[in-house]
Amino acid sequence: MKTLKDAKVGQTVVVARLHGEGPVKRRIMDMGITKGVEILVRKVAPLGDPMELNVRGYELSVRKADAEMIEIA
Amino acid sequence: MRITIALAGNPNSGKTTLFNDLTGSSQYVGNWPGVTVEKKEGRLKGHKDVVIQDLPGIYSLSPYTLEEVVARSYLVKERPDAILNIVDGTNIERNLYLTTQLIELGIPVVVAINMMDLVRKNGDKIDIVKLGQELGCQVVEMSALKGQGSMEAAKAAVAAAQEKKAGEHPHVFTGSVEHAIAHIEESISGKVDDASLRWHAIKLFERDEKELEEVQLDPALKAHIEAHIADCEKELDDDAESIITNQRYAYISRVVERSVRKKAAKHALTVSDKIDRIVTNRILALPIFVVVMWAVYTIAMGGTPVSIGTMATDWTNDVLVGEWICGNLGAWMESIGCAPWLTGLVVDGIVAGVGAVIGFVPQMLVLFFLLSILEDVGYMARIAFIMDRIFRRFGLSGKSFIPMLVATGCGVPGIMASRTIENDRDRKMTIMTTGFIPCGAKMPIIGLFAGALFGGSGWIATSAYFIGVAAVIVSGIILKKTKLFAGDPAPFVMELPAYHIPSAKNVLHATWERGWSFIKRAGTVILASSVVLWFLQGFGFVDGVFGMVEDNNTSLLASIGNVVAPIFAPLGFGTWQGAVATFTGLIAKENVVSTFGVLYGFAEVAEDGAEIWSLLAGDFTALTAYSFMIFNLLCAPCFAAMGAIKREMNNAKWTWIAIGYMCGFAYVVAMIVYQLGMLFSGHFGVGTVVALLLLAGLIYLLLRKNKYQDAPLKAPARSVAAR
Repeated sequence: MKTLKDAKVGQTVVVARLHGEGPVKRRIMDMGITKGVEILVRKVAPLGDPMELNVRGYELSVRKADAEMIEIA
Repeated sequence: MRITIALAGNPNSGKTTLFNDLTGSSQYVGNWPGVTVEKKEGRLKGHKDVVIQDLPGIYSLSPYTLEEVVARSYLVKERPDAILNIVDGTNIERNLYLTTQLIELGIPVVVAINMMDLVRKNGDKIDIVKLGQELGCQVVEMSALKGQGSMEAAKAAVAAAQEKKAGEHPHVFTGSVEHAIAHIEESISGKVDDASLRWHAIKLFERDEKELEEVQLDPALKAHIEAHIADCEKELDDDAESIITNQRYAYISRVVERSVRKKAAKHALTVSDKIDRIVTNRILALPIFVVVMWAVYTIAMGGTPVSIGTMATDWTNDVLVGEWICGNLGAWMESIGCAPWLTGLVVDGIVAGVGAVIGFVPQMLVLFFLLSILEDVGYMARIAFIMDRIFRRFGLSGKSFIPMLVATGCGVPGIMASRTIENDRDRKMTIMTTGFIPCGAKMPIIGLFAGALFGGSGWIATSAYFIGVAAVIVSGIILKKTKLFAGDPAPFVMELPAYHIPSAKNVLHATWERGWSFIKRAGTVILASSVVLWFLQGFGFVDGVFGMVEDNNTSLLASIGNVVAPIFAPLGFGTWQGAVATFTGLIAKENVVSTFGVLYGFAEVAEDGAEIWSLLAGDFTALTAYSFMIFNLLCAPCFAAMGAIKREMNNAKWTWIAIGYMCGFAYVVAMIVYQLGMLFSGHFGVGTVVALLLLAGLIYLLLRKNKYQDAPLKAPARSVAAR
């Protein structure tokens, strides 16, 4: 299974599925990361975590631990 | 007729600017009942009968964050007459996600598309008529920062409230979901408020915890509804909550496609992105961060020639309070023949006590001003982005850095700066640990003991900082594993808002709001405690007669010191002088040195107490001095800081937990250091055993497994590895 955590900086990926449950999953989805949405991996923070994404036209930062719950196609 | 309009919108959508614009100075700032979420309301300028209720900035009406729960219970239970939904036009998709939920409440909604100036500048077009038709509510344009369209938006909301007609619900979901929702609506009709029937039905479909709690359904009905939900889930191969979220966004994508035309390509770099490429660059981010922090620190509380904050504070302390008020007031009171005790109360008690705190105000205003700029510009979110990796290991957030940095100057603004941390748990943890950082007022204590017993070694001050930082880290790790901070792990999903030029109005407003709340605190809690301590210090029994005492050693405070002293015996400084100095340190840490001066018979001593070094060296050993220092560095901070803790926690229980934890931690650490130090010099006793047990306990708390955190998430990974 490939997840958002494995995506390279500069890569555009499409979300295939979201794993996990409850508040964490809901929060990620509320922010617009839903099935089929395109995500551009903008950069990774200087210390290696979190990562910055461009999704639905805005910038979002997620920790790699949370990005692991986002399966990409 | 009184009309209430709720202001709802995402964080960073310009809600604060709009609120300030609409209400002007007629604001009331408080807290939502029982929680630390700020509640603001005000009257619409020129319309005395229209109340604008500001809701916390939220992304959704899900039942998970405190802000969301507060906002939705207000909307559902209090039902304002209309909702003015502010939407960031440059980030319309995600902003409309909240809009779709607000519309379902059955309250008239007016959508105000903000930042239209930027939208136009980007060459984008938003067809507001079309958008209004799609959403089933009125849509207006505005640019809150430029003051364009704010009043018109408010008036549209007032008109909508007077009409009392909520829009038609658009068909957001697909056939089978709408079908299930219609069934649920039918089953609960009559059990909930009719106007918000759809809202309740959708929430029940999502199996929303809060909703299920509030709408008590009988088991048969629940099973009936559950069957419908399960059917849908099976058909769409997803859980109900995700189905709703997915379809909401799918609906918004369709709406936006029809009514918004974007000029730039998807994922194109905006000006803000270009700035961010440098500011959060892999190599440059940390140096830039250090320079920004250094600048903030230097301007607010650095050395005198550069720092506006320090100069203003020095002037307030020395000239305004010291000479003009204390000096002149005292002389004037004597000249009109006031009783000496009254002059003492006013000059030494109230003015000196409150004055010491008021002295911080200029420094804090400068600091808050700079922090407000960083916040308004959008750099605060970047700090969290850069520092998150380090701080989250200790149960803190990337944003905890600012409070800690500020606290090296003074703990009070440090604790108050924790307000910028949205996450409740991170904020509480930051408040509890910020006080451990050695502040400016603790420096003289270090200077005193370094000079008296350690030959002025610079290592003592260095070790003090090290101990402070270690206390933060150790506490963070210990506390995050306790039940107090247990609960679902909060995901760190944070928006990085586009940079923009700060608005002078917003910055000044935020600065003043924070400064004023501190001044009010100084006028109440600190005033009262100053009077009490002045009394304890100045009165006592001399030869069995109660009255004012000349000599502090006979004061009530000294008597209390004698009673309290044995408590500190296991820490090695169980003398009443040590106890009294610790006690006066609670008023302000600066008092510790001067108290020792008075207790050893000097009316006035230098800042580092050089006059009493030899006397102190007689009463303290290097070990007891170090233990005393540790305790005073780590224990509950001064009254002003405790006041700030109380204000920021906004909860008596948490305030006492914080203060109790700090004192307890200080006691344990000082005791371990003292007793183990004694052990090395060959003393072994009950204290040694207790200290060793405490040390073992501390290590256990540090290393034990966190049983409250992501156990289910990690479990499958481990089972795979086991195979």
